Amino acid sequence: MPENYSLNVNGKSCSVQAEGDTPLLYVLRNDLKLKGARYGCGVGQCGACTVIMDGKDIYSCDTPLWAAAGKSIVTIEGLGTREQPHALQQAFIDEQAVQCGYCITGIIMAAKTLLDRTVHPTDAEIDAALERHLCRCGTHNRIRRAIHRAAQALDASR
Amino acid sequence: MSATAEKPALPGSLNTNRSLDRWLRFEADATLGVRVGKVELGQGILTALAQIAADELDLRLDQVRIVTASTEASPNEGMTSGSRSVEESGEALRYACAEVRALALEAAAHRLGVSIEKLQLAEGVFHAGGKQASYWDLAAEIDLAREASGRVSPKQASDLALVGRSAARIDLPAKVFGEPSYVQDIDLPGMVHGRVVRPVNYAATLSSVDAEAVRALPGVIAVVRDGNFLGVVAEREEQAIRAQAALAKGCRWDAPRGLPGEAKIYDYLLGCPVETAVISDKRDADAKSRADVTLQATYRKPYIAHASIGPSCAVARYDGDRFEIWSHSQGIFPLRGDMVKCLRVPAERIVVHHTDGSGCYGHNGADDVALDAALLARAASPRPVKVQWMREEEFGWEPFGPAMVMKLSASLDRSGAVVDWNHDVWSNPHSNRSGRGAGSTLIAAPHLAAPVPVSPPVDMPLPAGASHRNAIPLYDFPSEHVARHLITDTPLRISALRALGGFANVFAIESMMDELAASCGADPVAFRLRHLKDPRACAVIERAAQMAGWKAGEKGDGTRGRGIGFCKYKNLGSYCAVIAEVVLEQGLRVVRAWAAVDVGRVVNPDGVVNQIEGGIVQATSWTLKEAVRFDTDFVTSRQWADYPILTFGEAPHVQVSLIDRPEEPSKGAGEGAQGPTGGAIANALFNAIGVRVRELPLTRERIATAIG
Repeated sequence: MPENYSLNVNGKSCSVQAEGDTPLLYVLRNDLKLKGARYGCGVGQCGACTVIMDGKDIYSCDTPLWAAAGKSIVTIEGLGTREQPHALQQAFIDEQAVQCGYCITGIIMAAKTLLDRTVHPTDAEIDAALERHLCRCGTHNRIRRAIHRAAQALDASR
Repeated sequence: MSATAEKPALPGSLNTNRSLDRWLRFEADATLGVRVGKVELGQGILTALAQIAADELDLRLDQVRIVTASTEASPNEGMTSGSRSVEESGEALRYACAEVRALALEAAAHRLGVSIEKLQLAEGVFHAGGKQASYWDLAAEIDLAREASGRVSPKQASDLALVGRSAARIDLPAKVFGEPSYVQDIDLPGMVHGRVVRPVNYAATLSSVDAEAVRALPGVIAVVRDGNFLGVVAEREEQAIRAQAALAKGCRWDAPRGLPGEAKIYDYLLGCPVETAVISDKRDADAKSRADVTLQATYRKPYIAHASIGPSCAVARYDGDRFEIWSHSQGIFPLRGDMVKCLRVPAERIVVHHTDGSGCYGHNGADDVALDAALLARAASPRPVKVQWMREEEFGWEPFGPAMVMKLSASLDRSGAVVDWNHDVWSNPHSNRSGRGAGSTLIAAPHLAAPVPVSPPVDMPLPAGASHRNAIPLYDFPSEHVARHLITDTPLRISALRALGGFANVFAIESMMDELAASCGADPVAFRLRHLKDPRACAVIERAAQMAGWKAGEKGDGTRGRGIGFCKYKNLGSYCAVIAEVVLEQGLRVVRAWAAVDVGRVVNPDGVVNQIEGGIVQATSWTLKEAVRFDTDFVTSRQWADYPILTFGEAPHVQVSLIDRPEEPSKGAGEGAQGPTGGAIANALFNAIGVRVRELPLTRERIATAIG
């Protein structure tokens, strides 16, 4: 039976009525109209649906709504805006680190948690953090560069 | 002379879409609206086309707005495929814009009362002696509803300000900020969610289905059965997915096992009847008689999946009269053609809008899911329906790049020159796209109660070719024989995947070139240069060797090695040479790659580099890891776990260098690097450990077997 769940998404409280086992991804995309997390596989194998929950990057496609209730969730829409881009978003634009872009929002969210815990990650640390993120267009080189660039920008602004 | 002489040929797609207003419009918001039939596939083409238009008309890039392609308003440019968009759409725009600029100059001179020579044009505004008028002021006096003459020459390369300089992708900010960008993100008022239940294999027919239980599930709006086509529509997405699973459970299929199974696939294909065509036959008995050493080898490439990160998706709305469809199709007009047959409504009552999708590397499920959505929209009318394929449907039903076998033999004379070359290629056709033949190629077409016959796949003719793309070597050999053996029996659903047969043919040619060089102790780079006459080909090979610091005769150290691959894509497109460095660890890893590329006149250098980098990484994934799995029943690789692709830790560091040739026509960049990459990796493996592996992918098991 559908129930009411309270969520905190991008700093705002909201309430959603749905079955408790509904994947968080569909709640974000269809109920909250936040399209930045994307469906890729539904079983946590590609990373396109990645959001941050209580500071940790998670797959929203295999996170049930009940498990997200009461947690603090950040999606790409809560990271930055065109007017005030997050350093990662600016770096991805500066490096043109996108081809189709379908995987990129999930990758940026995973990179955000990486930079939260590692100020200047090495290539190997970036690769490890993104090991479960697939990019089919082959933009890996630029993505690594963009994350290094964002790390520098964040460090410089400290 | 007849008064009804044929119309003169116009450049690019202008030839088939001849009216200027089909392409260009000065919009009320002081932008130039550019309508093109080519679509964004993740390759950045719309940015390159905007650069071309802005340059010819002396506009800023942000004054150009590319209008999303739609069958209602866009020129029909067929498919966005074959790396032809800059050649076809770009050429059309160059000439159309040059002509419009000339018309505007006349109008401006008239309006401002000066001669054309006195006018200065900047950012869309004509200036003369303190007076000014913009394109938009003059729009009413510039008659665009006229046929292009093709007689106004575009600017000389030296006069171009935007073309040739890197421009940031215009579609990229929306994607980086997570704004709705893809067909998957469309949200129309009242929209509901559809899912399809496919047959359990290609040949299955439905013997019974329990639809009643599914109709009673929460949120279910409709259960559709039309012959063997089954689908559900529900209010919420998760409800549609649940209903899909329930419906699938209640189906009984009559499902004969019709596949040869992956273990026997090459034997099966080689046993099929073929249509053989000799595509090159150079005879020089004298040269042949000098043969000293002859090598023979068979190379194999499995079925490869497109494996886009976002599974195919479409939105459709049916108002009782008209269908409106949003699709990430590569060809909205050809798709509409198939829709006419399957929906049995005339073309005027079907509108297809292009919307970006996840990365497109050829003919994927975009067209198929568009028909699925239209069929379900009829049941949910007037509410729009979004159909999102699940990951396992994408892997199971997308058309794959065909498996291929290449048998090569070649002879060297005592000086180490190739005196004879033979290449036989066995392959299915490489195109099963919509919009041709009497029937349809869409998955659901033959499943309908009133089935639409299946149009057989086709293999595009030379010179571009398809299964035989790049089978004729660019190397200059005195005696050569190249034959294509086309297998029309298609056990798996196949169609166009990036580079088509060019990937496997170049992998085979470049491997054989390396085997020949090794057999006579020649350096692989020098050996290639010795057999090439085309200076542009030599230039990319020399540049790549220089970038990599290639040393003549360099040898691997038993675990690490380097190899080279080269091709001129389609033998008429871009030139690309790739050097790969590999290391044999648990499996084979490509550590680095260097590429030199000549695409003629470069429109957006960073865009070309991005395409080549991506092409190399993707082809590395094909070469090391990828093969579609299947048994005698159906495709068995249905999740990423069963079809692994290259991960971040495995992606090589890539360096690309462009050789710009402003006076040469622009060629596409999307498919030039794949074949050279496959060849370079196999050759690097040989260089590293002295063992040749001729069957893709180059897995740990296959390398171990070859080592023996």
